[in-house]
Amino acid sequence: MKRLSFTLLTGLALLFGCSSDGDPTPGEDPNPQQFDRRPMLENWADNIIIPSYQAFLQAQATLEADFTAFAATPDVSTLQQVRQSWRQAYLSWQRVDMFEMGPAETDGLRLQVNTYPTDVALVESNINAGTYDLALPSNRDAKGFPALDYLLNGLGADDAAIVQQFSANAGYGTYGADVIEDISVRVNAVLTAWQSGYRDTFVNNDGASATASVDRFVNDYIFYYERFLRAGKMGIPLGVFTGTPAPQTLEAYYSPEDAKAFFLEGLDAVQDLFNGRHASGSGPSLASYLRELNTLKDGQALDQRINAQWDAARALVSGLGSFRSEIEENNPPTDMLLAYDQVQAAVPLLKVDMVSAMSIAIDFVDADGD
Amino acid sequence: MQRHLSPYFSQHAEAAPLAVFRIFFGIMMFLGVVRFWAYGWIEKFYLEPDFHFTYYGFGWVQPLGGWTYGLFVLCALAALGVALGWRYRWSSVLFFLSFTYIELMDKTTYLNHYYFISLLAFVMIFLPAQAYFSLDAARRKDLRFQQVPRWAIDLLKVMLALVYFYAGLAKLNSDWLLEALPLKIWLPARFDLPVLGGLMGQEWVHYAFSWAGALYDLSIPFLLWYRPTRGIAFALVVIFHTLTAILFPIGMFPYVMIVSALVFFSPGFHRQLLGVAGRRLGVARSRFDTGRAWRPGSLVRDRALKGMLGLFLLAQLLLPWRYLCYPGELFWTEEGFRFSWRVMLMEKSGYVQFKVVRQQDGKWFYVDNTDFLTAFQEKQMSFQPDFILEYAHYLRDHFQAQGHGEVAIYADAFVALNGRPSQRYIDPQRDLAKETESFAHKTWILPFNDEITGL
Repeated sequence: MKRLSFTLLTGLALLFGCSSDGDPTPGEDPNPQQFDRRPMLENWADNIIIPSYQAFLQAQATLEADFTAFAATPDVSTLQQVRQSWRQAYLSWQRVDMFEMGPAETDGLRLQVNTYPTDVALVESNINAGTYDLALPSNRDAKGFPALDYLLNGLGADDAAIVQQFSANAGYGTYGADVIEDISVRVNAVLTAWQSGYRDTFVNNDGASATASVDRFVNDYIFYYERFLRAGKMGIPLGVFTGTPAPQTLEAYYSPEDAKAFFLEGLDAVQDLFNGRHASGSGPSLASYLRELNTLKDGQALDQRINAQWDAARALVSGLGSFRSEIEENNPPTDMLLAYDQVQAAVPLLKVDMVSAMSIAIDFVDADGD
Repeated sequence: MQRHLSPYFSQHAEAAPLAVFRIFFGIMMFLGVVRFWAYGWIEKFYLEPDFHFTYYGFGWVQPLGGWTYGLFVLCALAALGVALGWRYRWSSVLFFLSFTYIELMDKTTYLNHYYFISLLAFVMIFLPAQAYFSLDAARRKDLRFQQVPRWAIDLLKVMLALVYFYAGLAKLNSDWLLEALPLKIWLPARFDLPVLGGLMGQEWVHYAFSWAGALYDLSIPFLLWYRPTRGIAFALVVIFHTLTAILFPIGMFPYVMIVSALVFFSPGFHRQLLGVAGRRLGVARSRFDTGRAWRPGSLVRDRALKGMLGLFLLAQLLLPWRYLCYPGELFWTEEGFRFSWRVMLMEKSGYVQFKVVRQQDGKWFYVDNTDFLTAFQEKQMSFQPDFILEYAHYLRDHFQAQGHGEVAIYADAFVALNGRPSQRYIDPQRDLAKETESFAHKTWILPFNDEITGL
């Protein structure tokens, strides 16, 4: 008994004795599981998040200019021009959509900018009334990119009819300009917040707890993937949660060719973030974190498995026709359901394997454990 | 046996340790309830969810809507009553019932230490803990005793010892000892701790913590019991629990265990403690020093009580072994996992998607779990088979009530255990709507692809 307590004591003394020596010298430890989260946060903030917002605002500025030109002289060529820049801005939005945290979360940016399907009746009644407050929560489904989708693609049977509508009623032009302005102001505010303080808050919160940046971010990131990319862009229109396909809930419903492109752009954004890829190279990322943790999965590194799963999903989705035709012309839409299954198959890899390897709690409930 | 035990059962000991235990226990529980409320957990765990996971056979225990707050008030007041020794029998019964009711409302929040508190609260009902330094004893001379049966204090010690020892036995497995899992996963995530942070990534630290933890759990009951090592042992208790409090989010438990361990100390120590407390409070401890020994009112009842507590203890000894009745890996199936002092043994997480298939036309759809469960419930559900089944039944009833006719429920489930790759967990061909809950082995859990050896 005495010897036992002696062993215990020396053991503990050893632990505490060493702990007061401070950090071990780097490079000495043969098995350092010491992934520094800070450079990853810096890479995210400085190379991915802030530049993505900047790129978005550039595309948004082009949209604004082209829309002004179109509203001033509506004709088929200005319409096609503004439609092109709307598509570019919407694509660019897919690269910032997942950053719904901090300033964007405070504003509820995603709901403000991309609530679909848009409420056509509300859009029309706002335009007819001539007065509306786009800041009102009740107007969320009458603005943002989906409302612009309706105005630029769904207002008439063909381009001539749409041009005719804009020419006949200046209210459409005004409303579209206000909607664009609303998006610009909000994203500008979010970018400004990132540049004036939030970036540092984000990077400095580099610890490991339910409220640390990495933990929060990974939660938001997976939430985006599951809820908005997987379910929002594919699952709900496919009717996988109801049994009844609902093509009218597709993103960019009035521009059938775009929903798939937007999904693919979102998938690229998710995968690039995972790999830390940015415009001029790549940096510390979730993938390199996993490599550092040396997590092997079925003989293959987990980061490779996740990437492979996304590649498989991308291949199947790319092979589809437009989402709207897949859903409307097939019953059941087998090909798109198969593609959805591949998108879905990445969820357990992220939600179970990745977070458990990183010891990240998958919700913010700060309940006790034992 | 009877002859040997008789002299033991007629022995008396100073009542002070039991009184100190009662006071600390009551205060800790009071603070625990206040903390629970202050964190907003009553709302979050019991009022917000539409659906609650219940214990087998206790489905009737449900939150009481707005009255749930009343239940917590009752529980807190009863805990205070226990601490003060005010109408002790009523207080202790009320505390046991209210606390246990709260725990039974939703097994999502199951924690071994809540279970331990329920057990202690149950036992405390039958101990003459109000005999000394209590309002009851202050009020009524006939309730005032300086000595209590020795077994009353020993019973508490045995219960504490059981928790530690079984927690230690549970660590004797290959994951814990040979792989240093799950500490190898958990500790590196605490790299941001001051001083200790730099060590958390070192592999030898994971092994040192694993082995020291197992050794601690197995030896601490004896070290506390044996007088010469008691002081060192208590220092270890404080160090161990403080460390766990820093490293892991385990709430009040470390503090409860630290103050509970005081029960091992000598009567002299407890008398001193109460002397100091008495002076602070202006209550002379000497007032309780009657020299009288507590004796049972009725011998028959006392016999029955001892018999009942003996059976209770026997059940405690056997329950942790019930997993041996089930095939398969305990950590995987969790059949016999709860109520067995298996703490901090697994990093386990899962993901389940439920497919609802209408039997009339074969139409199917997936369930969005967030429609029915809170994030916390979903997380707990995703890797515990009894949760998965109960939820599947809830979904079946829900969708049948919605007019889908007869439905089949299939689970698309993946679970990762202690850093292993995630693996399919539930047989995707089995209609869970048709499976029933029981204590029998659940054959629809797919076998674990690996092996963990040990107890």
